[in-house]
Amino acid sequence: MSNNTLEASTLLDKLESELKQLFSTRKLTQPLMIGIHSGGALIAKELHQRLAIEKTLGIMDISFYRDDFPQTGINSKTKPSQLPMQMENQDIILIDDVFYTGRTARAALNEIFDYGRPNQVILAVLIERYGRQVPLRPDCSGGTITLAEDKSIKLTGPDPLTINVKSLDTQLSAT
Amino acid sequence: MSNLQLTQEGHLKHFITIEGLSKEILTNILDTAESFIGISQQQVKKVPLLRGKTIVNLFFENSTRTRTTFELAASRLSADVISIDIQTSATSKGESLLDTIRNLEAMHVDIFVVRHAISGAGHFIAQNTAPHISVINAGDGQHAHPTQAMLDMFTIRQHKHEFNTLKVGIIGDILHSRVVRSQIQALNTLGVEEIRVVAPKTLLPSHVEQLGVSVFNNIEESLDDLDVIIMVRLQKERMTSALLPSEREYFKCFGLTDERLKLAKADAIVMHPGPINRGVEIASSIADGPQSVILQQVSNGIAIRMAVMSLTLQNKEYAV
Amino acid sequence: MKKIHITNGRIIDPANHIDQTGSLYIADGKILSVLNPIADFSADISIDATNNIVCPGFIDLSVRLRDPGQTHKGTLQSETIAAASAGVTGLCLPPDTQPVIDTQAVTELINDKAEKANYSQVYPIAALTYQLAGKELSSMATLKQAGCVAVSNANAPLANLLVLRRAMEYASSHNLLVILHPEEHSLNNNGCTHEGFFSTRYGLPGIPEASESIAVAQYLELARLTGCRLHFSQISCKAAVIKIQQAKKYGINITADVAIHQLHLTENDIEPFNSSYHVIPPFRTTKDLQKLREGLANGTINAICSDHQPHDLDAKLGAFPETEPGIASVETLLPLMLCLVEDNTITLSQGIACLSQNPASILGINSGALTPGFNADVCIFNAALSWAVNQQNWKSAGLNTPYWGEVFKGRVTHTLQSGKIIYTLE
Repeated sequence: MSNNTLEASTLLDKLESELKQLFSTRKLTQPLMIGIHSGGALIAKELHQRLAIEKTLGIMDISFYRDDFPQTGINSKTKPSQLPMQMENQDIILIDDVFYTGRTARAALNEIFDYGRPNQVILAVLIERYGRQVPLRPDCSGGTITLAEDKSIKLTGPDPLTINVKSLDTQLSAT
Repeated sequence: MSNLQLTQEGHLKHFITIEGLSKEILTNILDTAESFIGISQQQVKKVPLLRGKTIVNLFFENSTRTRTTFELAASRLSADVISIDIQTSATSKGESLLDTIRNLEAMHVDIFVVRHAISGAGHFIAQNTAPHISVINAGDGQHAHPTQAMLDMFTIRQHKHEFNTLKVGIIGDILHSRVVRSQIQALNTLGVEEIRVVAPKTLLPSHVEQLGVSVFNNIEESLDDLDVIIMVRLQKERMTSALLPSEREYFKCFGLTDERLKLAKADAIVMHPGPINRGVEIASSIADGPQSVILQQVSNGIAIRMAVMSLTLQNKEYAV
Repeated sequence: MKKIHITNGRIIDPANHIDQTGSLYIADGKILSVLNPIADFSADISIDATNNIVCPGFIDLSVRLRDPGQTHKGTLQSETIAAASAGVTGLCLPPDTQPVIDTQAVTELINDKAEKANYSQVYPIAALTYQLAGKELSSMATLKQAGCVAVSNANAPLANLLVLRRAMEYASSHNLLVILHPEEHSLNNNGCTHEGFFSTRYGLPGIPEASESIAVAQYLELARLTGCRLHFSQISCKAAVIKIQQAKKYGINITADVAIHQLHLTENDIEPFNSSYHVIPPFRTTKDLQKLREGLANGTINAICSDHQPHDLDAKLGAFPETEPGIASVETLLPLMLCLVEDNTITLSQGIACLSQNPASILGINSGALTPGFNADVCIFNAALSWAVNQQNWKSAGLNTPYWGEVFKGRVTHTLQSGKIIYTLE
């Protein structure tokens, strides 16, 4: 997959169909969907609708669970997670926009387990980018990509959902 | 002295006094606290932000309430927290204070939260402690109580949103109050329109107007058009040191009653750092009434202290 | 005793109205001649004072030696070395040593120690009341015979004005000078700084100006009532200067001095919570400082003292209010006096008089002048020579000065005490 094929809607379609398959194989009858703030939340909103999930969408801000706090500090705009009261024994679908190092997924899992013992957790991402640093992988994704280390992917939206690939240098000069 | 509190990059290193901190830094503390507010309402009231950090509450002056909020704040950030009450006699000297600090330092502490009966104790500890340790002042003598002032600012912002149009009255023992000194500095830094202090002359420090406040000896005159009314607790010992004749006369002259409250703006909020002396500085009907935000202040105290703890510990490797 | 010839210095001797370049001749520990050449004078030692000022040795009205009793802060040896290096040839030791100077035994102990330290002119001030407790009179007459030049209660409070009245009456019966720190202790209220904007801003307990001016007013009335010769030591505020000026106009027999740092620092100069600035009386306002300078220039204030108070490190280590007050100041006395000359507050001759002639006359001793026949107490200094307040130059055991690290102009090159060279700049 090359960069110019990063069409958000195509990737979403693929992710949706993969998830639908998982619904049967993993026996997800009443799943709880949680999107990771902010890109993951955008996608989760879309998928929540498309998959007609009954339970209210949960939004998770993993800022307080990050492992790079001593270096980067906290963002004062951090919103506390909006998670349902009961997480115990739930089938959880965790949604993020990009899976890269795996650290975000690690932080999100920690937060989920702080709330109780879920029945199972499924990780679904729009894009899986090569560069894992922890032994975690998404269960399904809209596509995979390999990018140079100095590039970053950012999802903007919701209307339209757009995927932007930026070089870190240009980002720095832009700020 | 402002440099003492900041790293070379201008990040918060210690939190000892409001003085010398910019509006940006104060606003950042308020914004950060905002993000922590929800944690206390979650089912799991804990995040692992400061996991593995050690926070020592060093209370040379007894205060269960303040100590508890610092303990809860530290626990909710997953830090390890211990509280030490050290009762000091009037004759104890700086050496023993320093020795206490040195001993605890050797146990690899990350934050000292210090409360002390003598003004300047926070500065002294910050200047003499190991460079990796942050010091948070939980009240020193009559000098400063910056976290209390910030939780008051947070509460004001919750209700009034903007500071620049506000008229704030502070009523009571201005002379002996470290909270008031920090409140005045915070309110002025955040740019309120007017601060009025109201007290008999025995409870007003000299040259108080130079702190950027207008001075009233009459409560009725002072209440007109106020958005925020901050009541200050009256210590019982003021009656025995010839500063006031009696509680009854104080309430008569400076107590906040329902009638007097009508002189302020209709949507004015009433604050009090607690514990309240009902019928001495404030009527019960107001303390428990719709305009009182006294209990919100208490909840906000935890979020503010969480914010200050995390802000002083972040960017640690850049610390001087 | 050696014969000493000091050549080519600018001799300033305010008592004898001399300000001229020339020679000073010393023999047998006494001044032999000023300016007038002595035929066949064969000097054992010749000091070239070219470009330097030659003046009477300084007499410091208040120097805490911390000895006997508090030798962890300083010793008679260490502090007299510091004094000698500052051009001080005579110093008054306040009675708050441990034990208190209220018996002959203590004065003898001090004399012995001074002799061992090779510093001959330590003038003990006797306690005004027994143990400085403010209640019973000390044996003033005995203490006078034992060599005490005056009586004082140092910074200790007196029980009431009746005690003070009787002490002043008794002292004046024995023709003893009474030295008082004007301070109404009940108004101090555990204060540690001037009651004003600074104390309010930092929540530090303040000492109002009225604490001093009320005491001045009371003491003045008692001086008038008792006829006692009264000296106010270390005044700090405008109101005190005004009251003393008025009293002098009415012919009351009083004098006053000021501590050198009070002429330079105000509450605005205090680095917040820096205990080096903790001093009693506290640094006051710019108005007070200006009035003190004015009072010095017009003679209301007769003398400048160092109010030297060396401390050990621990005494200054702590939160500001719990540290001990006082500054180690004898070594900055001359350079800070020269700063007053530099900014035209006083003339050089006035400044030297405030450090020599005037304190001698307050104490009623034959000193503070280069008069032939007087003990040869001489200070030679270079007014242009710069030096830094640092470990290398500092002599006092007390490092407690707000001027640490600063560079000053004006340095003593030689100090002679009764014709003996007790200090030479290396």
